[in-house]
Amino acid sequence: MSTTHSTARIVDDADLPMFEASGGDWSQIAEEAARLGEERIVVNMGPQHPSTHGVLRLMLEIDGETVTEARAGIGYLHTGIEKNMEFRTWTQGVTFCTRMDYVAPLFQEAAYCLAVEKLLGITDDIPERASVIRVLMMELNRITSHLVCLATGGNELGATTIMTVGFTAREEILRIFELISGLRMNHAYIRPGGVAQDVPPGAVEATRDALVNVKHYLAQLEELMLANPILHLRLKGVGYLGLAGCMGLGVTGPVLRSAGLPYDVRKAEPYCGYETYDFDVPTATDADSWARVVLRMEEIHQSIRIVEQALDRLEKHAGPVMVEDKKIAWPAQLAIGTDGMGNSLDHIREIMGTSMESLIHHFKLVTEGFRVPAGQVFQTVEHPRGELGVHLVSDGGTRPYRAHFRDPSFNNLQATSIMCEGGQVADVVVAVASLDPVLGGVDR
Amino acid sequence: MSEEKVDAASAVKPGDATTDAQDTSKAALEAGSQHTGRTAFEVVDVRRGLFGVHDTGDTSGYGGLVTTIALPGPSERPYGGWFDEVVDILTEVLDESGTGYARAVEYVVVDRNELTLHVSRAHLVEVAQALRDDQDLRFELSLGVSGVHYPHEHGRELHAVYQLVSVTHGRRLRLEVAAPDDDPHIPSTTSVYPANDWHEREVFDFFGLIFDGHPGLARIEMPDDWPGHPQRKDYPLGGIPVEYKGATIPPADQRRSYS
Repeated sequence: MSTTHSTARIVDDADLPMFEASGGDWSQIAEEAARLGEERIVVNMGPQHPSTHGVLRLMLEIDGETVTEARAGIGYLHTGIEKNMEFRTWTQGVTFCTRMDYVAPLFQEAAYCLAVEKLLGITDDIPERASVIRVLMMELNRITSHLVCLATGGNELGATTIMTVGFTAREEILRIFELISGLRMNHAYIRPGGVAQDVPPGAVEATRDALVNVKHYLAQLEELMLANPILHLRLKGVGYLGLAGCMGLGVTGPVLRSAGLPYDVRKAEPYCGYETYDFDVPTATDADSWARVVLRMEEIHQSIRIVEQALDRLEKHAGPVMVEDKKIAWPAQLAIGTDGMGNSLDHIREIMGTSMESLIHHFKLVTEGFRVPAGQVFQTVEHPRGELGVHLVSDGGTRPYRAHFRDPSFNNLQATSIMCEGGQVADVVVAVASLDPVLGGVDR
Repeated sequence: MSEEKVDAASAVKPGDATTDAQDTSKAALEAGSQHTGRTAFEVVDVRRGLFGVHDTGDTSGYGGLVTTIALPGPSERPYGGWFDEVVDILTEVLDESGTGYARAVEYVVVDRNELTLHVSRAHLVEVAQALRDDQDLRFELSLGVSGVHYPHEHGRELHAVYQLVSVTHGRRLRLEVAAPDDDPHIPSTTSVYPANDWHEREVFDFFGLIFDGHPGLARIEMPDDWPGHPQRKDYPLGGIPVEYKGATIPPADQRRSYS
């Protein structure tokens, strides 16, 4: 076999690094396989594969149907969001980080805004109503995220009805998101200092109606899944990861709780007033894929409990939804005009017609942004997939000096090997689905 | 103020640093440290003018204004809350082992109610081990590693930041380690926290920090043959100008900025 690739003369430039597609590596692998005298099959699964939850690449070494080695390869959805955030104002950062884990966008927004507020030292000044709306949106988002997990997990096993029921239920909540934030995903609704706008009239009733439907579909899902003998056979004892494994690999969220530890950031390090809500942290002890399915269903019920409490609070108290400090609060409120949503007419009338100072203030805050005192913070929230951490560094300027997101999916995918090795190829799909990775968050 | 810190301040922006400006920035640094009541340590930037505009002239009349931006410096005891207790126990454990707290932990920063231990890189693994294993510390969960590039901090350009959680005691703290640009080596903590495996690969990928003893330090997000480390401050963001309705909008890193 020739060791020089056929394209070599095209790139025959001493300055260019050259990488060969044939030669060295593969012949070594072939020789080693021949020497060992056994059939060694390495299967590449993904990154474009319907069962890998997006662009996840799995490299499996198999012996018959048994997986002897499993490795996860990531990076196929890397978009440089963290780097981009260093070139936008603190407020614009929300628009970027919401696109990381696109199944649970409101958690990135909330974590990022809480971190910015901690850097500014205004955590205690956030209006009560803004925190309630944040909790409401996050818990609705947790329900949709868990529904997607159950739905796609079922779909990957060939159970299309589980998928359709799950997505139908999710649709109910996406309509609420659209009603409140204007968008079904990538909302950029939670902003440093509060939220972009108050919930519109009728939103509380609409959410209550949606919850009735969600409960209906959830009951359907439970009837469909919980006594299903095929699911039992496919999920029980598969993808086992015990407590020691979880702690060692830093795996948090439903996977950790399925191993028996009731660790939930909402209880351990409350934010947005979670300590004032009445809810439980469900756990299991089986630490397998089945336990995680049951746990996610139970978590949906707990989230519904929190949503109902948040709705009660929204009905009882009106109030501002943005911090009072005019040097931080976004100057305009949104309103629906003839050409769609934009700045409210009252605000435009004020800055264009009556107050030069308001115009200057609006211009300065929107183009230049506010300054954040130098320092660094780390803020975590309980994401549907585990503990989401935001590490922010400020150099005292109008942009983040460094923004880093510790995405739970990124961390949890490290457990792929330990959960899949020794099992069957078909179990890999189940184990990865029980981790519920979202590759937008993994690669950022 | 030690020799090193003054160097860090005066060597900022070597391109336009006249002797005069150096003196001014030294004075500004001292003034800044008086303002916070602590020693300003990590200079992140020295700004000139009133609005922090880089690309055009400052017409405000304050063009000679020099402001030094420094991160919060070392804190003095008492740190407050459980911070003192944790540092005391860590001191005890490290002194017993013969390493000595003073050699392992360079300084402690308490800022915005968060505890940061700046650890010398030689003793990072030992400190992490002590924090994880001592029953009164028990920081058993690692939330990964984050890199930060401070090009103005000479001799300490690359930082690795570790977030640790004690589920047992309900506490959180941060370890920070610095390495110079020309010797970007930090010992790997994967032997203590296996969770840091991918996180260290990510920091290597984005910042070029080499974690000695890591089981397989390969790029994780960027392609294997990618030149450079994209999250460093000297690596451009990239992008092309976009024309829209006759106007041309430059890429984000070339737009007018106020910092």
